[in-house]
Amino acid sequence: MKQLNKYNAGWLALSVIIYFVVQMLIQADVIDYYYQITLMNICMDIILALGLNLIIGFTGQFSLGHAGFMSIGAYCCAIMMLKMPDLTGFLLGLLLGVIVASLVALIVAIPTLRLKGDYLAIATLGISEIIRIAILNMGDLTNGAAGLSGMPILNNWTLSFFGIMLSLIIIVNYIKSSPGRATIAIREDEIAAESMGINTTKYKTIAFVIGAFTASIAGSLYASSFSMIKPDNFGFMKSVDILIIVVFGGLGSVTGTIIAAISLGILNMLLQPFGQLRMIIYAIALIAIMVFKPGGLLQHKELSMKKLFGRLSKKNTPKKEASK
Amino acid sequence: MSLLQVEKLTKNFGGLAAVSMVDFKLESNELVGLIGPNGAGKTTLFNLLTGVYVPTSGEIVMEIDGKKERLNGVKPYVITKKGLARTFQNIRLFKELTVLDNVLIAMHQNSKAGVLASIFRLPKYYRSEEGMRQEALSLLSIFDLDNKQQELAKNLPYGDQRCLEIVRALATKPKILFLDEPAAGMNPQETADLTKQIRKIQQDFKITVVLIEHDMSLVMDICERIYVLEYGRMIAHGTPGEIKQNPKVIKAYLGGEE
Amino acid sequence: MDQFLQQVVNGLSLGSIYALLALGYTMVYGIIKLINFAHGEIYMVGAYVGYTAIQNWGLGLIPALFIAMTFCAVLGVLIERVAYRPLRNATRIAALITAIGVSFLLQYVMILFMGPDVRTFPETVPAKIFKFGGVQVNEQQIYIFVISIILMFLLQFIVKKTKMGKAMRAVSVDSDAAKLMGINVDTTISFTFALGSALAGAAGVLVGVYYNSINPLMGAAPGLKAFVAAVFGGIGLIPGAMLGGLSIGVTEIMVSGYASSLIKDAVVYAILILVLLIKPSGLLGKNKKEKV
Ligand SMILES: Nc1ncnc2c1ncn2[C@@H]1O[C@H](COP(=O)(O)OP(=O)(O)O)[C@@H](O)[C@H]1O
Ligand SMILES: [Mg+2]
Repeated sequence: MKQLNKYNAGWLALSVIIYFVVQMLIQADVIDYYYQITLMNICMDIILALGLNLIIGFTGQFSLGHAGFMSIGAYCCAIMMLKMPDLTGFLLGLLLGVIVASLVALIVAIPTLRLKGDYLAIATLGISEIIRIAILNMGDLTNGAAGLSGMPILNNWTLSFFGIMLSLIIIVNYIKSSPGRATIAIREDEIAAESMGINTTKYKTIAFVIGAFTASIAGSLYASSFSMIKPDNFGFMKSVDILIIVVFGGLGSVTGTIIAAISLGILNMLLQPFGQLRMIIYAIALIAIMVFKPGGLLQHKELSMKKLFGRLSKKNTPKKEASK
Repeated sequence: MSLLQVEKLTKNFGGLAAVSMVDFKLESNELVGLIGPNGAGKTTLFNLLTGVYVPTSGEIVMEIDGKKERLNGVKPYVITKKGLARTFQNIRLFKELTVLDNVLIAMHQNSKAGVLASIFRLPKYYRSEEGMRQEALSLLSIFDLDNKQQELAKNLPYGDQRCLEIVRALATKPKILFLDEPAAGMNPQETADLTKQIRKIQQDFKITVVLIEHDMSLVMDICERIYVLEYGRMIAHGTPGEIKQNPKVIKAYLGGEE
Repeated sequence: MDQFLQQVVNGLSLGSIYALLALGYTMVYGIIKLINFAHGEIYMVGAYVGYTAIQNWGLGLIPALFIAMTFCAVLGVLIERVAYRPLRNATRIAALITAIGVSFLLQYVMILFMGPDVRTFPETVPAKIFKFGGVQVNEQQIYIFVISIILMFLLQFIVKKTKMGKAMRAVSVDSDAAKLMGINVDTTISFTFALGSALAGAAGVLVGVYYNSINPLMGAAPGLKAFVAAVFGGIGLIPGAMLGGLSIGVTEIMVSGYASSLIKDAVVYAILILVLLIKPSGLLGKNKKEKV
């Protein structure tokens, strides 16, 4: 059974431990209702930022429109849940959301991913604005600027945890595979990648679609967290929030993204009582972090089971698995 | 017909004809030299043949399984799939990645595990990864780079970077390998060693190698045929012996006076 | 036909405000390749300075405009000095995030001092209406249009004819080479920020005159719009920014007039994407291919 090598088993154990520890803290009311909201938000941000990091950090394509795909997931799920206010409705909505979001991503990716750098950024920004305005103008289906309300609140730690695990598995497994390496090669040198036989458009598109897929999962969780959504929740500023997490954590670092989402989420919560000063402190922190640590927290570095095991068991085991 | 046949190939940059009306032929399993002064259009010719630039006019035709296929205007990755690989004059490795990953990326087009098999970690994924890793290491061992597999490409010494470029190109399983000044920046001894290694690769892999190299004596030594470019035009072609005697070549290399 | 001309007139006055803003974006981008997301907030600050000058100090439009432009120029230089200069060799995305940080900072500092509410911009220009056939032009529109044109000519003159303007162009082509030629790159970049920010300040005051209302978050949407305008015309190019600003202003007014104001932004973005797909470097931009 190669699937259950010791590194994968290590990851599995770590996740299970995290899940149960948090679950126990919730049960013991250490993480009370108020903290749980922060927790849900952090979980969504992790999912969103993982997907965006795949696009920006690993593929090197600058997207400023991540919130657009999140809104597709949120609306699909909300519409479904209003018809079927239970877990089945949520799951069907989630499914519908990822399908629609992936399709939209596929359709817009093929022409726009030819653009480079800032041009791509502005085009993706445009796409997410178009998505937002489309949702605004969909009549009763989306209820315009007022948005949809009355969805059941189903999101909880377990659901969020599964959302994160699903996104993590998709993204990490993808990165650490041959198609994933081909994708990273595009970031490193697009011309060289193409000369090594890599269909760059194809792999950019795949990364973009996976990003949209995961953003849609986060959107569905959002729709089932607050019982109301409106197009303004998914504007440019939301995309910027996600971008900040990605850059703060380090482009191309999954571990960094997770740490950044957690720390920024907690920072945000701690700053709540400061009222108007909150955003000023946040802004200064943002500038200071970028000025003093422009590469993010963990530039390219990752928490690695392999290194961890290597450090624990002093015997230098020869590298048997390709999974790092 | 020949393995690769180029007719009247032309590339203009604005008013400059970097490559102009070039005829060029490659047979299978040979080592061909491409020489010419700086700015003659050698790199541009490689860029045209590998699809990085689209020709202004002319024909590039390759014989694949007995059938003729036009390669002009075809995307670089498709051309690579058809068996043309290259190195870059100004090294273009995937700098932040390991030596091993650089080679694995070049093997991707022949990899068997697709996106879904990779995401769901199907047995196919593990089989294909292991197979690719073995193959990559054996290619790296040609230049003794297998013991540096986990180093980042950017941290390799300059000479090793050039060798890694060659290994990476070989990993695409080419029929024709274009090497753009692989010995640039090396001392004469290193250059001689590398050139011998290139000859050996050409024979071991039974592929066609086209070599751009400035050290004339080396080119004369190891190449079976030589093409000479000057100002974008192919001014001569023939065996090393013929090229040495060719008045146009002598003039091009010794200056315009004569 | 009259209605159409009316829309064009309205579009041009809105468009000239976008153009003034887009010029700042484009100059800064041209010289340090930074999307200065704080640019919209400088415009907002300009509006508030103009407001204070007119409302509290009882000044007229032109002195208020002058004060706002000076204030914004200083602010722009300061921001570059403190926040952007340390990041000049960092990744562009880090600089972008910093710019976003600066824009938050300006927004919320303004909220702290002036409150989050909308304020009515004092009336300085008489609301006189001129009729040309069936087309109405009010005096505010004339002011906006004339002032914008004067400022753009001034800018063209500075960039084309003065020593500093030549230095700006040199640095934007190749800052290392410019340095070797003895150009003080830091000063040149500061000067660029001063110019761009002054124009943004002017745009802020003019928008106050036009819409009669200002608020601390007013810079976000037009800032984005102006950046779109700059990209649309070909980023880094001064004529491109003017063309882009005017086209986007006219498009917006036309879509609002003939279809629905709800979809105007979507149409603007759709056109932008189409333009980029056909001409990836914008209307007036030149396509550059990487030399291999
Ligand atoms: N992308 C390009 N744009 C404009 N000119 C180019 C480009 N690529 C090459 N050239 C020009 O074409 C000519 C041939 O260059 P090159 O093929 O690099 O010569 P060589 O490799 O023989 O030294 C040179 O004058 C060079 O400046
Ligand atoms: Mg060359």
